[in-house]
Amino acid sequence: MLQNVNIDVHHLTRVEGHGNIVINVRDGTVETCEWQVPEAPRFFEAMVRGRHYSEVARVTSRICGICSVGHTLASVKATEAALGIEITPQTRKLRTILKHAENFDSHVLHVYILVAPDLLGAPSVFPLVATHGEVVARALRLKRLAHEWGSLIGGRTTHPTTVVPGGFAKLPTVKELAGMRERIAAAAPDLEATLETIAALAPGLPAFERPTEYMAVSCDEEYGLYDGYVQTILADGDRATYLVADYRTFTNEYVVPQSTAKYTKNRLDSYAAGALARFNVNYDQLHPEAKKAADALGLAPICTNPYMNSVAQVVEIVHSAYETLRLLDEVIAEGIAEEGIVQPTRFTGGASAVEVPRGILFHEYEYDNEGMCVKANCIIPTNQNHANIQGDFDALLPQLLASDRTEKEVELAFEMLVRAYDPCISCSTHCLDVTFAR
Amino acid sequence: MTKPTIAFFDFAGCEGCQIEFTNYGDAATLELLKHVELVEFREAMSETTDERIEIALVEGSFTRDADRSRLEEIRRRARIVIAYGACAATGGINALKNHQDDFQECVYGPDARMPHLQSGTARPISSVIRVDYEARGCPASKYELLDIISCLLHDTEPVVLSYPVCIECKRLETVCRYDEGDHCMGQVARAGCGAPCPADGIPCEACRGFVDDPNIRALEKVLVERAGFSQRRAVGKSRMFTANLRS
Repeated sequence: MLQNVNIDVHHLTRVEGHGNIVINVRDGTVETCEWQVPEAPRFFEAMVRGRHYSEVARVTSRICGICSVGHTLASVKATEAALGIEITPQTRKLRTILKHAENFDSHVLHVYILVAPDLLGAPSVFPLVATHGEVVARALRLKRLAHEWGSLIGGRTTHPTTVVPGGFAKLPTVKELAGMRERIAAAAPDLEATLETIAALAPGLPAFERPTEYMAVSCDEEYGLYDGYVQTILADGDRATYLVADYRTFTNEYVVPQSTAKYTKNRLDSYAAGALARFNVNYDQLHPEAKKAADALGLAPICTNPYMNSVAQVVEIVHSAYETLRLLDEVIAEGIAEEGIVQPTRFTGGASAVEVPRGILFHEYEYDNEGMCVKANCIIPTNQNHANIQGDFDALLPQLLASDRTEKEVELAFEMLVRAYDPCISCSTHCLDVTFAR
Repeated sequence: MTKPTIAFFDFAGCEGCQIEFTNYGDAATLELLKHVELVEFREAMSETTDERIEIALVEGSFTRDADRSRLEEIRRRARIVIAYGACAATGGINALKNHQDDFQECVYGPDARMPHLQSGTARPISSVIRVDYEARGCPASKYELLDIISCLLHDTEPVVLSYPVCIECKRLETVCRYDEGDHCMGQVARAGCGAPCPADGIPCEACRGFVDDPNIRALEKVLVERAGFSQRRAVGKSRMFTANLRS
C-alpha cells in the first residue's frame, strides 16, 4: 500500500479550461486531496447588463466555445420566457435538431480525442494517427459531420448566428435538410464502428462506484435535451421533479476557496450532471437504437460509476443521430415555412434549462421596458459537477491507496476521473449570486 | 526534414477558436499534419515540449498579472506568436467589463473580495508581449488560420485586409441590414471573415475589430439616425467586441 503520495497536476490536459489535481498523503494519512479550479473568471453576468435582448445570446454564447450552441439556446429560451414569446413548432423542432448536433459533436470530440488516448496508452490523439489511423480519421469525419449538421441550422457551431429570440434569422431549405439527412444516414457504419471501438476499450475504465444524485432536464414527449422540467434520481430509483423557474432552490450555489467556480448541491452533498445523469434519469425515452447501443456497451440504469459518463456519451451519440433522422423526416415532410420572428409581448424576467453536452445549464434574465437586460444569472453544468468531482476524489483515494498501485497509476486514475466528467471549466467560472427582486 | 512545430496556448477565453481547429474534417486535418507537427495543445494533448516552437497560437485575453510570466515564457520559446481569435487580438468580448467598476460584486456578491476571484482589465496579449500576426474574429475563421499557417510555411506574408465588412456584403449581394430595418456595424468593421453574419440575417458586430482609423462618431450617428437607437445604446453597441478600441 502506498504510504506517501505527492501528486500536483497543474493545468490538467485534455479538458476544456484550467483545473488542478493536488493530492498529498504522508505516512498513510491524507493531507490534501483537492480538485482545484483556477480558471480566470470572466464576469459575463455583469457584461450583459445594459445590452438589448436581441444581442444578449450573442454575448453569453461566448461563455463557452464547445457548448456555445447550448448557451445560445438557453439564452434565447430564457429571454423568450422573460418577453412572453411563444415560438412555433417548426422553431422548436429545428432547435432540437441543432441541440442534437451539438451533443453529438461534443461527445465525439470528448470520447475519441480526450478520453480514448488514456485507454490506448497514448498522451494524445496525434501519435494515434500512425498506430490507429482509421480510428482517428473516423473521429475527424464524425466531428466534421456534426459541425456541418449544426452549421446548417445554426449558421455555425462555434457561436451560432441564426438563432435569435423568437425564431431563426435564416432558415435552411428543405433541399439542404434532405442532403444532411442522407449524410447522417450514411454515417451508420461509422456509428457501428464507434460502438465496436468503445466496447473494446470500455473494460479499461476503472471500476469505481459512488452513488450520488443525478439531475437532468426531463420532458414527457422525448429524451430531455432542449426543453422540459427538471428531474433528479437517486441510486435507489427515488425521483424528484422541479420547475425550471425554481432552479435556485435545487442548485443552492456556494463559494469555496479552492475554486473560482461556485459549487452546488440539492438532496445530497453533491449531484452529478451530464450524459450519465441524463441516461439515469431519462433512459426509458432513448431511441431503440440507443438502447441497443447501451446493451452492447454494458451500460444500464442506474449506473453509479462516474467513469461510465464517457460510455453514456456514446449511447447519446447514437440517440442524437437516430432522433435527428426522425425529426428531419418530419420537417422534410412538413416543408419549411418562412414564419418571421415572433415579437415580445411583455418585458419581465424568465429562466430556462437546456441539456448541453456536459449537463444541465440554466440561464435567467430580467429586462427593462426598453428590452435592455438589467440582471442575468447562468449556472453551468461543470459548475454543478465540481462538488461531485470532489466527492469522488474523497472516496476514490482510499480505494486506490488500498490497492496495489503506483503513484503514476493513482495520478492517471484521478486524471481519467476528471476527464470522464468532460469538464468545461472556462464556462463554469463566472457564476453569481444576485438576488432577483420579484 | 523536420516539420515546423505548432503549439496552442490559452488564457481568458472560451476556447472556441481551438475547437474550430478540430472542424476541418479527416482529409484536411491529416493533410495539415503532414506539413506541421503539433507539439503542445493542452486542450487536446498531454505532450509538452522544451524545444523551441516555430508557431505559437495564443488564445484568450490577458486579464490578471499572474498570467504575465506565462505569456513572456511563450514569447521566449516561440519564433512566431499569433494572437488567435478576438480575445487575444483585441480583448474581444471580455473587454465589455472594462467599462464597469462593479463587475466583481455583480457576479460574486459578498465573496467578491476573495483573492482568487480578482480580475483586472481584459487586454489583448499584445499589451504584454510582441505579437507577429493576428487571426481575428469570434470565432477566428478556421480557413483564415490555415491561410496564415500556409503563408508562413511558404515564407510569404499573410494579407491583412483594411477595408470594411460592407464591401464583402456587396460582393455577396447580401441585402443591407439597415434596409431590412435592422442595424449593423459593418461600415467600420474590419473585413476578412466573408461577412457571414449579415448573410445569416444578423448584424455585423465587428468581432474582428475596426478598420484602420474608423469614424466612430459617424457609426454612432448612423445607429441613432437609421436604426433609431438612443445615444446610450449606440455607444454600448459600438463596444460589443471592441470596447478596447474606442473610448
